[in-house]
Amino acid sequence: MADLMVPQEASEQRRITYREAVAEGIAREMRRDPAVVCLGEDIGEAGGVFKTTAGLFKEFGPGRVWDTPISEQAIVGAAMGAAMTGMRPVAEIMFSDFLACCWDYLANEIPKVRYMTGGQVTVPLVVRTANGGGLGFGAQHSQATENWAFTVPGLKIAAPSTPADVIGMMAAAIRSDDPVVFFEHKGLFASKGPPAPPDHVVELGQAAVVREGADITLVALASMVPLALTAAERLAREGIDAEVVDLRCLVPLDVGTVLASLEKTSRLTIVEENPYQGGWGATLVSVVADEGFGLLDAPVRRVAGECVPLPFADALEERVIPTVDKVVTAVRDLAAY
Amino acid sequence: MATTVTGEELLTLYGQMAVIRRTEKAAHDLFLSGLVKGTTHLAAGHEAIAVGASAALRDDDYVFATYRGHHHALARGATPEECLAELMSRATGLCKAKGGSMHLTKASAGMLGSYAIVGAHLPMAVGAAWSARLRGTDQLAVAFFGDGATNIGAFHEALNLAAVWRLPVLFVCENNLYMEYTAIADVTAVPRPAADRAPAYGIPGEVVDGNDVVLVQEAVQRLARRARAGDGPAVLEAETYRHYGHSRADPATYRPAEEVERWLKHDPLDLARGRLHVLGVPAEAVTAADERATEVVRAAVEAAKAAPAPDPAEALTEVWADGGAAWRT
Repeated sequence: MADLMVPQEASEQRRITYREAVAEGIAREMRRDPAVVCLGEDIGEAGGVFKTTAGLFKEFGPGRVWDTPISEQAIVGAAMGAAMTGMRPVAEIMFSDFLACCWDYLANEIPKVRYMTGGQVTVPLVVRTANGGGLGFGAQHSQATENWAFTVPGLKIAAPSTPADVIGMMAAAIRSDDPVVFFEHKGLFASKGPPAPPDHVVELGQAAVVREGADITLVALASMVPLALTAAERLAREGIDAEVVDLRCLVPLDVGTVLASLEKTSRLTIVEENPYQGGWGATLVSVVADEGFGLLDAPVRRVAGECVPLPFADALEERVIPTVDKVVTAVRDLAAY
Repeated sequence: MATTVTGEELLTLYGQMAVIRRTEKAAHDLFLSGLVKGTTHLAAGHEAIAVGASAALRDDDYVFATYRGHHHALARGATPEECLAELMSRATGLCKAKGGSMHLTKASAGMLGSYAIVGAHLPMAVGAAWSARLRGTDQLAVAFFGDGATNIGAFHEALNLAAVWRLPVLFVCENNLYMEYTAIADVTAVPRPAADRAPAYGIPGEVVDGNDVVLVQEAVQRLARRARAGDGPAVLEAETYRHYGHSRADPATYRPAEEVERWLKHDPLDLARGRLHVLGVPAEAVTAADERATEVVRAAVEAAKAAPAPDPAEALTEVWADGGAAWRT
């Protein structure tokens, strides 16, 4: 038995959770660069309400990991001031819904100061936040808000779907001289995946083809990626071979990978959690219509959230956000077009 | 009225105020002649706050200002030519004509920006002071803001965070009695909108005659010393008055005539002239400072008028740190 236990343990060690990857990704950058500091509510000794900063306070102490009052404007505004003056702050806004409390900084201050000062000031900061639904937190703690940020020129937007990508994209985000809003998906925190190798960096703006296929392209982000992969497996049993593209970032937007996939498949379905109204998928579709119309053999479908506040009950929430069934149905229709 | 300032030092401060006064008049005239578009929020009347505070700061300190920030940019080292060229949408403008009147910034001189969302920059100043602490310097951050900003949430969040983290930041309120078009007293629960709130955060709140450049300098010196020594932030409420309305479209007819008259008699330049006389500075030296200021601003107007418009290609640069604006592949 003992000799069987060893590989099992080793195998278990090779997988880490998405939430562990967040703390690991930040820790790697804090070890590498003394200018990286963290601030946010409950992120210190408490380790964050989602335990995404667990261990940081113990390793780096109160001089690098700063607990704040519940003051979203002060958190993000102070991060901005620190970023303008030589630091690389990583600010946590606990739930992405709360970005609205400091929206002035995300919409008016951080993304514009470089431009409106004629390039005098850079703002190398990261705003991390727990995004999305699926956990029954109700309308004010469940929104997928990446489309809010997507409307503002001057913000880079990262939304990883795997633990290794969390680490690699966290490295790229913290090293970026531009402001990055880093969306960590609540529904993925407990998911596991292979760890990231040392010095793992995933440059922002590089989508990944996470499943190759010939019949249709599924483009997804964050928690919609495993959902799209599950849908693709079911579709495969029906003889429909779906390619799944993990977009990873909204800005920079990797249109090239999407168009390259469409050259193979000629059919596109976008899976996005945020409401259909104003969702990022609409922009991607418009670019594809503009630059890749000739590649298409069928209309484009968007499986997106309904345009209602996120309801509480599982049965209601499931009705509102994308599910595997909804993706399978959309793709099946499109494949038959 | 005993002070430590010498006649020579005060003459320098006077000269800076004279330049600011004339630059604001030039901005006003250029607007009326159609050479400045958009809007301007002139700070004529507020000169003593910018100049007095700057005289008390070090070159490596950080300053954040509001949309009414011409005087801070000038006091911090921006030239009238750079500022007027920015207002006149010229390529030689302080921010390459991408910012305009409300965003004058000279980062190389520690003037880290003018922000047009009321109160937004107060947390940024807290962050700059936090950064100074993290980097182990004894730099100071100063946020200049109007009385109207004291009713914004960011003011309260910034004061609290600065206090609990004991940061070297000074909050300097330019109380000119009017929140845009409305008397601040009509919409505020306490008579001193900034200083009265400071005790709620456990920090000092002082009031100073904001039209007396020497008193402003001394107050900022004192509070800066305290902050650099690690004793935390402070609020300084500097009482002053706008000579023009809130913005270019506002003739400020809502202000009682006797109030306007009283404050115009309490002009920062007149007050400084009185002090110069007491300090024995000859009237000719003061006149010479006025003449120099007139000439500097006249030349600035001419140079700005002669400068080219920005290349339209510049509209698509400097969103990102690599200089570009690409959002997609």
